[in-house]
Amino acid sequence: MQLLAERIATWLGMEGLPRQAVVAGVVLVVALVVATVVLTIAGILTWAERRVAGRTQSRVGPNRVGPLGFLQWVADGIKLITKEDVIPAAADRTLFRLAPYPVIVGIFAAFASVPFGQKLIAADLNVGVLYLMAITSLVVVGVLMAGWASNNKWALLGGVRSAAQIVSYEVPSVLAALSVVLLAGTLSLQGIIGKQGGWPWEWYLFYNPFTFVAFFLFFTSAVAEGNRTPFDLPEAESELVAGYNVEYSGMRFAGFFLGEFANVYLLSAIATALFFGGWQIPGVTPDMQAASPVWQAVGVGLFALKAGTGAFVVLWLRWTMPRLRVDQLMGLCYRYLLPLSFAMLLGNAAYVWLVPQWAAWVVQGATTTVGLAVAGVFVRRVFYHIRHVGDDVSLDLARGESGTFDPQLQVRVYGAFRRRHAGDSAS
Amino acid sequence: MAVAIPHREELMLNMGPHHPSTHGVLRFILHTDGEVMRKAVPDVGYLHRGIEKIAERQPFAGFVPFTDRVNYLEAIFANQAYALAVERLAGIQVPPRAEYLRVIAAELNRIASHQISIGSVSMDIGAYTPFLYLLREREKINDLFEALCGQRLTFNYLRLGGVAFDVKDEWLRRLEAFLDHFEPAIDEFNSLISANEIFVKRLAHVAPISAADAVGYGLVGPNLRASGVDWDLRRDQPYGIYPELEFDVPVGRGIRGEVGDCYDRFWLRVEEMRQSCRLLRQAVAKLPAGDVCAKVLRKLKLPAGEAYGCVEGARGELGFYVVTDGTDKPYRVKIRSGSFAALSIIEHLSRGLMIADLVAVIATLDVLAPEMDR
Repeated sequence: MQLLAERIATWLGMEGLPRQAVVAGVVLVVALVVATVVLTIAGILTWAERRVAGRTQSRVGPNRVGPLGFLQWVADGIKLITKEDVIPAAADRTLFRLAPYPVIVGIFAAFASVPFGQKLIAADLNVGVLYLMAITSLVVVGVLMAGWASNNKWALLGGVRSAAQIVSYEVPSVLAALSVVLLAGTLSLQGIIGKQGGWPWEWYLFYNPFTFVAFFLFFTSAVAEGNRTPFDLPEAESELVAGYNVEYSGMRFAGFFLGEFANVYLLSAIATALFFGGWQIPGVTPDMQAASPVWQAVGVGLFALKAGTGAFVVLWLRWTMPRLRVDQLMGLCYRYLLPLSFAMLLGNAAYVWLVPQWAAWVVQGATTTVGLAVAGVFVRRVFYHIRHVGDDVSLDLARGESGTFDPQLQVRVYGAFRRRHAGDSAS
Repeated sequence: MAVAIPHREELMLNMGPHHPSTHGVLRFILHTDGEVMRKAVPDVGYLHRGIEKIAERQPFAGFVPFTDRVNYLEAIFANQAYALAVERLAGIQVPPRAEYLRVIAAELNRIASHQISIGSVSMDIGAYTPFLYLLREREKINDLFEALCGQRLTFNYLRLGGVAFDVKDEWLRRLEAFLDHFEPAIDEFNSLISANEIFVKRLAHVAPISAADAVGYGLVGPNLRASGVDWDLRRDQPYGIYPELEFDVPVGRGIRGEVGDCYDRFWLRVEEMRQSCRLLRQAVAKLPAGDVCAKVLRKLKLPAGEAYGCVEGARGELGFYVVTDGTDKPYRVKIRSGSFAALSIIEHLSRGLMIADLVAVIATLDVLAPEMDR
């Protein structure tokens, strides 16, 4: 950062300026750029969620503003900014106004050390993983503030639920991430990515069975930390109406909302960096990538693709799963995830200590084969059902035809209906 | 010193009248200790429209459209219960074709009502998608009803002495096409949510109602049967042409938990939809030719007397008690609805449940505010 500051100062012809001022200026600019990127990502994710939800629920979703409704999030943002910022009369005004900021700060600051590309990272901290885990905990403060300051019992319940949940699930997610840190020998995210490679068998996901399990533990706990279904109890609509943000409106509500969606991308990005090889391109060494801007761009694209896939899975889960109960949620964390992640950490430690290099390669190959086979079966099942959309039944009730059914199919999806109504249900 | 200190403070929470899970305008006063409830006290009356009083100012036939509004999800049953009571008083013979059409309309209505019921169970547990899948299917039933009687919600299809409109063969073919489509759609729904482990864990073993409690609190319909009491008015107190049709009465058997728990109540409705499909197919196959309405005087004057007509509605026994005094209007009408009985057991069930469980209990008991308050 210091070097960069000096170079920029030279470039601007302002060597005379105090270095601190230049550093402060550069930091401000970088912060603004990161904030803009995060806002855009979060905004696009809100649009993506509504489209995914629409497709999942055999309806269309937003499709009026821009192509495929893509600019819907801009319209929503403008609407929320221009709305009145209602503060309940009985609320604690100061706390109420302040509450969205820790949430926003916690999530946005985390993006500072997200490695979008080999050189596209705002701050490659040598304690990157630790920093990410620590800074995202700020969210709890904001959520508790919102719950308390609203002076609403439902909001309070939501805030308390959220605090309990985030604090509890922090532990297994950190332990699962530590497995990777143990293998890589560094806390820096760029360092961890550098230890992996572009091909799937070079990822930490398939390094050994312990990291394979650790990934699922990490992902589950991260989803829970992000208050997403099936762990969205703090804002459980059918129980708590809207949870901690029930009294919020306008831009302050948008703060919580964007924080949640930025968090979805954040957790996928961290998972990508820790387990999926980050920006590494198959067949291209980091040195080659450093030398070529084209490979740089490909690396950034690959990272976005991996993280985007992760975010899609989170959205997909939300529209498929019901919600756990509070005691079941805590039971899951303390009874299963926590001991398991401890076991994975110890397993990894023993693995590093005991297993010789030639055996490690065998294990790596076997884990990759099994892991890819599992993923293959899953993808095949999904596409099997998608492919069979519309094969089974004619829903043209007006013609009075009765359909024929394939008894082999357990799940029948009704493509005829979708095709028939794809055009007109938008109105 | 490990002495448990009994703390008496409790949090009083106001759930409703505007709350996503209270299904209409219904209010609960929750006394909770954190997430665990001491008790939940229902507060009714927000949707009272005085339908029973309205009956006293209407001619007998003129009250039929008002019965639609007793419960917007099961208008046909309210039509039929009232019609049964008046037909009993007036000694009207309903033609056979009309009886079959009543069964067709009622069973279609039962499917539509159960779709909303089990859909909102899944929505209250947090899964929104299954609810929309069922609404998609329900839309087709609404289309069928629109073709049948011009209405999609408050059907007003039944008349004293029969039904309002005859059906064409084309409509029956449409109905059969719908059944062909809908029976596998139940499988689709089940594979999406009913076997989901989280869903089962949220409902199984939650708030079981014993058979004695169910009878004691006057539960009716699916809620009663889920507790293991084999009682169905269509079979045990037959009306219409139900004795001529074959159907099974599903009874709760603790399929994933214990008898009478939330999952049983949910699953029973899924099974009842299949039985309704069976009944519909039989009724379509057996539909005789003939008139659809008996000759009934427009200005009906009934001698002094009283009669009770009740049907097995989607929420259990829906009864109309009609008292006449020799004029052309009822002297008094009393409506007995399943939701009100189901609501009364909630306070008893709620002790020690969590707030999230209360939502599941309300949804699986299928409590609907308009039917309760009338």
